[in-house]
Amino acid sequence: MFGKLDWSAIPFGQPIPLIAGAVVLVAILGVLAWVVVKGHLPYLWHEWITSVDHKRIGVMYVLLASVMLLRGGSDAIMMRIQQAIAYQSQGYLPPEHYNQIFSAHGTIMIFFVAMPFVIGLMNLVVPLQLGVRDVAFPTLNSVGFWLTATGALLVNISLVVGEFARTGWLAFPPLSGLTYSPGVGVDYYAWSLQISGVGTLVAGINLVTTVLKLRTRGMNYLRMPMFCWTTLASNLLIVAAFPILTATLAMLLLDRYLGFHFFTNEAGGNVMMFMNLIWAWGHPEVYILVLPAFGIYSEVVSTFSHKPLFGYRSMVLATMAICVISFMVWLHHFFTMGAGPDVNAIFGIASMIIAVPTGVKIYNWLFTMYGGRIRFATPMLWSIGFMVTFIIGGLTGVLVAVPPADFLLHNSMFLVAHFHNVIIGGVLFGAFAGFEYWFPKAFGFRLDERWGKAAFWFTFTGFYITFMPLYIVGMLGMTRRMQHYDVAAWRPWMLVAAIGMAVLTVGVICQVMQLVVSIRNREALRDRTGDPWDGRSLEWATSSPPPVFNFAFHPDVRGEDAYWAMKQHAKEQQLAHHFEPEYEDIEMPRNSPTGFVCAFFASVTGFALIWHIWWMVILGVLGAFATFVVFAWRDHDEYVIPAAEVARIDQANIEERRNLVSMAGAL
Amino acid sequence: MAMTATYGHAHADPHHIGRVLEHPGPAPKRIVTAYGFWVFLLSDIVMFSCFFAAYAVLVHQTAGGPKGSEIFEQKNVAIETVCLLLSSFTCGMASIAADVRNRLWFYLCMAVTCVLGLAFLSIEFREFADLVSRGYGPSRSAFLTAFFSLVGCHGLHVSAGVLWLLTMMAQVFAKGFRADILRRQMCFALFWHALDIIWVAIFSVVYLLGGAP
Repeated sequence: MFGKLDWSAIPFGQPIPLIAGAVVLVAILGVLAWVVVKGHLPYLWHEWITSVDHKRIGVMYVLLASVMLLRGGSDAIMMRIQQAIAYQSQGYLPPEHYNQIFSAHGTIMIFFVAMPFVIGLMNLVVPLQLGVRDVAFPTLNSVGFWLTATGALLVNISLVVGEFARTGWLAFPPLSGLTYSPGVGVDYYAWSLQISGVGTLVAGINLVTTVLKLRTRGMNYLRMPMFCWTTLASNLLIVAAFPILTATLAMLLLDRYLGFHFFTNEAGGNVMMFMNLIWAWGHPEVYILVLPAFGIYSEVVSTFSHKPLFGYRSMVLATMAICVISFMVWLHHFFTMGAGPDVNAIFGIASMIIAVPTGVKIYNWLFTMYGGRIRFATPMLWSIGFMVTFIIGGLTGVLVAVPPADFLLHNSMFLVAHFHNVIIGGVLFGAFAGFEYWFPKAFGFRLDERWGKAAFWFTFTGFYITFMPLYIVGMLGMTRRMQHYDVAAWRPWMLVAAIGMAVLTVGVICQVMQLVVSIRNREALRDRTGDPWDGRSLEWATSSPPPVFNFAFHPDVRGEDAYWAMKQHAKEQQLAHHFEPEYEDIEMPRNSPTGFVCAFFASVTGFALIWHIWWMVILGVLGAFATFVVFAWRDHDEYVIPAAEVARIDQANIEERRNLVSMAGAL
Repeated sequence: MAMTATYGHAHADPHHIGRVLEHPGPAPKRIVTAYGFWVFLLSDIVMFSCFFAAYAVLVHQTAGGPKGSEIFEQKNVAIETVCLLLSSFTCGMASIAADVRNRLWFYLCMAVTCVLGLAFLSIEFREFADLVSRGYGPSRSAFLTAFFSLVGCHGLHVSAGVLWLLTMMAQVFAKGFRADILRRQMCFALFWHALDIIWVAIFSVVYLLGGAP
């Protein structure tokens, strides 16, 4: 009846996951109860859960990422504490629990923090920057988000019901095969990634189509803001790379469920094929994450330096070059596989070549700042912190791209330090910069600068104290994923790293405090201009938060830095003529519960598949299909916002801005 | 907002290239939908290429089991291929019928497409069932694993296509040739033709190359 699921799945003997699970459950129930009692449920349902508005979906993506960041961060804290005290002792975590923690940490941080964070920001900002009303496929967008949430849900269920994979974040066979991992851990891993991977693919298709086909009038390719370019590159990579992940996980699952022989040691299976396939996805994945962050830095550096982006065209070229080259270097993840010196040399050189366009970008940011009027607001701090940190990460990256060096550093803590250096210094700093930068656009008020700066400095120093020691222990020969160790020379560095983790945690607390303080002071921090940073691209042309239709008219773009040019033009004209625009009815897509309902059935199906509950699988799949048919059957997928309503909203915004301008004039 | 305020076109051509193509604005919905679906199809083809790659790696790993040339029946495959290619033709006819809003021809062509698709599936199913009953199932060897997965993945797509086809017919029956339904029909046609292209690759790589002794 319930497949492999019975009471033994719940780890009654282990206090840590049980208590953690109970705390999370109480928190969720508490929030739910509060929502229901306060009567917010209809509001949540109509305005958020069923929303197909790209801005709302973007916000929900970022919210999901933030919550999962806390989860993945707690895993990280547990690992640092374990390695700090596990010198000549077992530490406080049993080995198989520690293995689950590092696997979950990697999986969560990449798939459920970094991915939703950047996809959320792209969703929120790109249509605004392109001057359009929504993404190409709004309902599909909602489906994509909710499927990502399904994946996150399944990973978190594994905390209490059953176990998570102990195989590392990429689940290499034969360790992840049925022989060595007979439990449900790998199934949790594979199905949650399979489901959220579909969501990511959907988001990728959506954003590629949006950028290529929906740009507003005059928004030629070489006038798009840099963030749109990096979004395009990143989503092209998603479309090309995520199907590889889908296929690879499907093969692994076939091996596990039906006794196939893709990656087994028996009957001619080939384990190295898994390495090739998973890294053919996994390497581009790194650039899927970091390219949008590069776009954020470009926007932030240009805005806060009060200058157009230096070398815009070379930046575009560098972005697309990275997009292509990122597919040609995957083999550097297993130089030690024994492919021979020729293959290793070719991939080593390709890996070093990718540093060239990245270097171009760094120089462009530096030259953008050169001679600019720089304001050190929080987003700018994150950007400068990124430049320093990422250069170190890039240099160590070129070092491990040298095959002989890699033979020494392979699977060592040096590697762990390297990729945390680039992922935290590149992606996470970028995500935070984008979060601070676009928060006023999304919610209509700024974030508190003092807490923001404190968060930056604690995170920045905490990062260095945590990860620089890992480079050193890596060179001292410490391999990754050690549950305990006996080498005295590593001990002090592990203690330093643990202290760094504490500092990092303070940074996270500051980040949370910033949010709390800002929400409490939101009236004082209110942004009535829609353009709090004196921005350059179109998202600042509309009010904050933007109306549901984003723009009363499709903007007409005449050059790079579209909004900046408009502002300059308006200044030259001294606001001489106020034209009375003719408003038109606007058609917007209707809200739809399709995404949420689909994700519900996907969750049911995923859970049933993990536990081999076949009747429930059939029920879930039928439910999902029925949802699509019902969605396809509806007759009205759009509603009309009458011209009068558009006029009212737009005029109110114009009035607000005009008052601000005249107030400024009076000063 | 000075959004629609006009000002000089000087900005349009900062480098004095001479002729600047101005982007006309968002594309019509039909183009957007078809374009997005094309992007999806490309991603699907990437997924198939992984299974092709796996097949290429594992094709000689027979682990003492049969080789391709020992189990493939060229006649069956030929019939399958004819069914699928013909169904692509009738699917095209259905699209034309939808374009000229001819319900009768639309239903007829779609029905023929459906029958041909089902014929293809039943032949494939018989081939699979026969192999399994002889003990040559997918777990016999890595070669058979790759074979069943690659061909089966295509078969799954065809099955999904048949399901979609029936839904399409029901939609036209219930709602008529509405703009959004025509867009869906266009996507379905693209999907069905793409399956044909993939079958041609399977036919060549698996059955022709593998069928040679």
